[in-house]
Formats: sequence, C-alpha cells, structure tokens
Amino acid sequence: MSVDMRTYLAHVELINPITTAAGCAATGKELSQFFDLNRIGALVTKSITMAPRAGRPTPRMAETPSGMLNAIGLQGPGIDAFLERDLPWLAQRSVRTVVSIAGGTVNEYGALARRLTDAPGVTGVEVNLACPNIEDRGRVFARDPSASAEVISSVRALMRYDVPVIAKLSPDVADVVAVARACVDGGADALSMINTPLGMSIDTETLRPSLAAVTGGLSGPAVRPLAVRCVWQVHAALPGVPIVGVGGVLTGRDAFELILAGACAVGVGTALFHDPYSCLRILRELEELLQARGFQRLADAVGLAHRPPGSAARHRADLAPGPGAPDFTVPPDPLNMEESSL
Amino acid sequence: MLTTRRVEAYHALTVVAPGIAERFRPGHFVAVAVGGPQSSMLTRRAFSIHDVKPDYGGTVEFVFTVRGPGTAWLAERRARDTLDLVGPLGRPFPLPRDPVTCVLVGGEYGSATLFGLADALQQRGCRVDFVLGGASADRVFGALRARRMGETTTLTTEDGSLGMRGKVTDVLPGVIADTRADVVYACGPMETLRGVTAVAIEFDIPVQVAVEEAMACGIGMCMTCVLPVIGEDGVTRMVRACAEGPVFRGERVRFEDVGTIPFDALGAPGSPSGGGGTRNVS
Repeated sequence: MSVDMRTYLAHVELINPITTAAGCAATGKELSQFFDLNRIGALVTKSITMAPRAGRPTPRMAETPSGMLNAIGLQGPGIDAFLERDLPWLAQRSVRTVVSIAGGTVNEYGALARRLTDAPGVTGVEVNLACPNIEDRGRVFARDPSASAEVISSVRALMRYDVPVIAKLSPDVADVVAVARACVDGGADALSMINTPLGMSIDTETLRPSLAAVTGGLSGPAVRPLAVRCVWQVHAALPGVPIVGVGGVLTGRDAFELILAGACAVGVGTALFHDPYSCLRILRELEELLQARGFQRLADAVGLAHRPPGSAARHRADLAPGPGAPDFTVPPDPLNMEESSL
Repeated sequence: MLTTRRVEAYHALTVVAPGIAERFRPGHFVAVAVGGPQSSMLTRRAFSIHDVKPDYGGTVEFVFTVRGPGTAWLAERRARDTLDLVGPLGRPFPLPRDPVTCVLVGGEYGSATLFGLADALQQRGCRVDFVLGGASADRVFGALRARRMGETTTLTTEDGSLGMRGKVTDVLPGVIADTRADVVYACGPMETLRGVTAVAIEFDIPVQVAVEEAMACGIGMCMTCVLPVIGEDGVTRMVRACAEGPVFRGERVRFEDVGTIPFDALGAPGSPSGGGGTRNVS
C-alpha cells in the first residue's frame, strides 16, 4: 500500500512534499537534465530581483564540516529575462513553480509581485526576506518583524488572490515566532524556514577570510538542528500555518524529522549540489519511512512530534481526502489501532 | 573504479563509467563526490577528463593533485572501490573544420585534458605541437605522451629541472612562429591562461582556454564558479565555468578582473545596466 504523499501549501495541492530550496536549483533547466521536474512537489527558483545582478566576487563558496558557506549575492538576469525566458520554459513543461523574489525596498518587492501577478505558470511566490533594507540602513528585513510584515502585505496585496505568498524566514533572529506571526498577520499564506544563518571561515594558508564577501550563508546538515528548532517553535505557536521546512535535508529521515516538527513540505538545497538526484531519493526514502511507521497519509505525520509524551498517534482530520485518496477500510496498523483510545 | 596510479607529482584514477566514456568529447570534465556515503564533505570536486578507453564498456581517467582532505581521500582509493561521478560536464573544445596547425599549451596537470583534444585534432588531419610546463620536472604532466603524439614538444620548468628554464609563455611565441600555428589551445592555472592569451592576441590567432575554477556542483546550479567573460554582444557577464565553460575563447575572458565584479559587468553594483538591483525601485 502506498502512502498518500499529497500536501497543501495554503489551498494549492502539491503531489508530494519535496521541493527544491531557493537558490539551489537555479531556474530548473540544469536540474531537468537529471529528472523530470514534475515528479517533485514544486520547484522553487533562485531569488529573482528587479534588475540584473552580477553578484559577489569569487571565491563565493567555502566548504565547512557537513555544510558550506556561500556568498553568491543573488546573481541573476533580473525579472525581465526571467519572465521572457525561464518562466515560460517552466510553464511549458507545467512544472509547479514557486518563484522566489528579493528586493532592497518594500516597493521593489511590490513591483516584483506586480510583474508576476499576471504571469502564467506561477504556483506560489516565496518572499526572500534576508535582504538588506536600503531604507533602513541596510538592516535585513527578516530580522525585523514589522519590516517583514510590511513586505509581505505589499506582496500579498499585489499578487493574484489564488497564488499563495510564502515568507522565507531567517534563523538569525532573537524570536523567530515573532517574525513568523508578523508575516502571517501581514498576509502570508505559508512560511518557509530556514534561510541560511550567517557564518564565516578563514583560510589558514592565505590568512584571509575564505570568501571574498567575508561572511556567507551556512547551509547543509550542519544547520539542520536550527531548522528543526525553528519549525518546531513556529508550528507550536501557529499550528494552522503551513510550513515548508528547509535546512540540511540529505535523506528521507531528515525530511521526516522536519515533518514531525511541523513542516508540511520540505525543501532540498545543498543536497542537490552533492547529488542531483537527491530530491527523488529523499522522496522515496520518506515514503518508505512513512510506510514502515504505518502512516497512510503524509498529512498524518505533520507536527506529530508535538503530541504530549505517552499519548497515542493521531490522525489529522483537517485535510479531507480527495478523489483517489485511500479509504480507511484497510486493516489498522499498530500505531493507528490506539486511535480509539483517544 | 579500476586502477589508481601515481604520475609524477599527481594521481590518476581510472573509473569504469561507460555512460561518461560514450558521450565524452575533449574538454569535458567530471564532478566527483568525495568522502564516501556518510561524507561531511558535500561539494563535488571537478576534474577534467584525461583519457577515455573502450575497455570494460568504457573507462574514464582523471588526474588530480592532493590539495585538501577531499583530494587526499580520493588519493587513497584503491581498485574495486566505488566512486560517485557526474559527467561528462561542460562545453568541450571547438574543433577546426580544416586541417590546421595547432599549438596545445598545458600548465601543471592542466595538460591532462589536452591529449584527448590532440587525438581529435590529429584525426582531422591537424598538426599538433605541445608546450608543457610546470614548477619542476615532476609537475609537468604528460611529457612522454606529448613527445609521442606531437610534431614537436617544448617543455619548460621554473627551476630548470626539465626542458627550458622559465614558463610556457616564455617559449610560446617561438613555437607559434616556428610552426606557423593557426590556433592555440590551453589549459592550466589562470595566470598561465592569461599569459597564453596575451601571446595569441599578439600573433592575432584564435585561442581556446579551459579554465579551472572551484565549483560546488559542476552542473550549473550553485553559481560558485563564475568569471567575467565578454559576450557576443560586447557585454561582460559573470558566467559559470561549469555550464558556459570550461572552454572559452581566450580573448573574451577578462583575466585581469577574475576574482572581482568589473564595474561594467551586467548587473554590477553601480553599473549603467542595473545598479545591482538596489536603485531599481519602480
């Protein structure tokens, strides 16, 4: 019996919870040489900016234990080229595409939303809030709940009503729940966490910082505990808000961990550099794990680690089974048998 | 994996990989995962392909030097170990339509990629001459093979332990003049490629260079391996060595600006074309 892997980002159904993480799959073309992009839940593009950007000087990457630092600087051709070339390519192949956007001012985010609102083939918009706010002395939006909320409400107001807006949160904050709550109040339909925390390494041969930009975002399994913690805290505080868990997922087990913490979808990032097929492998491993634990639906596992110790596993009833969903006449497995005792 | 051998100061690994061998063209590279399945080293190491052979359905050989824990791990692999390779990657060397005279310049183990190229050129009736160099005799890769394949082979070492004392760029003008070369191909450290390109420009002949940049993925997704290259339209862009390269026309690479974002590059901070996204508020 296969597991029902469908999941929802707000009202948008994804065939499975695995997505790419922003910035780790470019705009999809490169990855499509390895597998059919329709087989994953959604493709999250790298962050699109208004104007073309050349990014940061090299070296841009430094390998660190179980992870890497990067300072790419949002290199990209800008929204015009994206709408002309990349998005139509994805739309033609009907790839579920979540477009990540980044800007330096609230207006810039709004302008990007305005450009995307009528573009065909946009499944969702992810707002990369880890950008310096030019109007506030370069203070990063994601570190300020009110600035984050302002950006989100501007994007929400300009984006088509049926395209969910996802806020990408940074772990480099004192209170991630406060930022999450501000984003939801500002109109975010879902949250994605975590963006890369800032890190740094120094080359002991050259006696200089390893990255030309000095500091960079840390990704890979090294940051997974941070991601689990953020997802856990936000899911506990805002249990009804869909969360895309991102951060150091290398295996199906890692994805399962984020799902148990409260994520209903999982982004795969750095793992793609190591193994271009990792999305499909993680999906298969996750499905096998769910099956082995007796789950019939992925949705039943979301946030399950939050139940009090000693209590029985439960089914979430807030996702009605759609057509083709398994009915419940199958013999109950040991985990689900205890349901009646609830 | 089939065999591993030491070649002078370098290591050469031969891997049974029919899928890669079948589609190989000179200039292609492979991206190798290091450290085994539980590795804490997540980025791939990129190596140009030295040789492909039809044995065992198709084998691929690449050459590397130990630079850190990843390459040290690779150097410890033995026959029958399994390696995780992605390839063939990158844009191969363009080949001339006519049987012309080609000078192939290799710095350090960059010359590894030139032998497949020499083979392809000779099959088209091209004359091939080699100029290979390195810091010392043990760091000149493939001198013997070059002597067998090339019409002439000129070797240089910085310490004078093999061939002429000096750099490949010191002898290159003489070789080009003697052979009346029509085109130059080069692979090696960035500094060597810069010098080779300058010589070729002086002689007004085309030069194709294969760059060696640090990469994380090798397949065009991580945007790590960029360098400033002038496009057909005259606009400088930060392009990926893995996807748009590793082979470029030498005169289009802005060697002086490698490691920086030139102010006139597309999307550079403060450039007329963009302003780095910061001053484009609608």
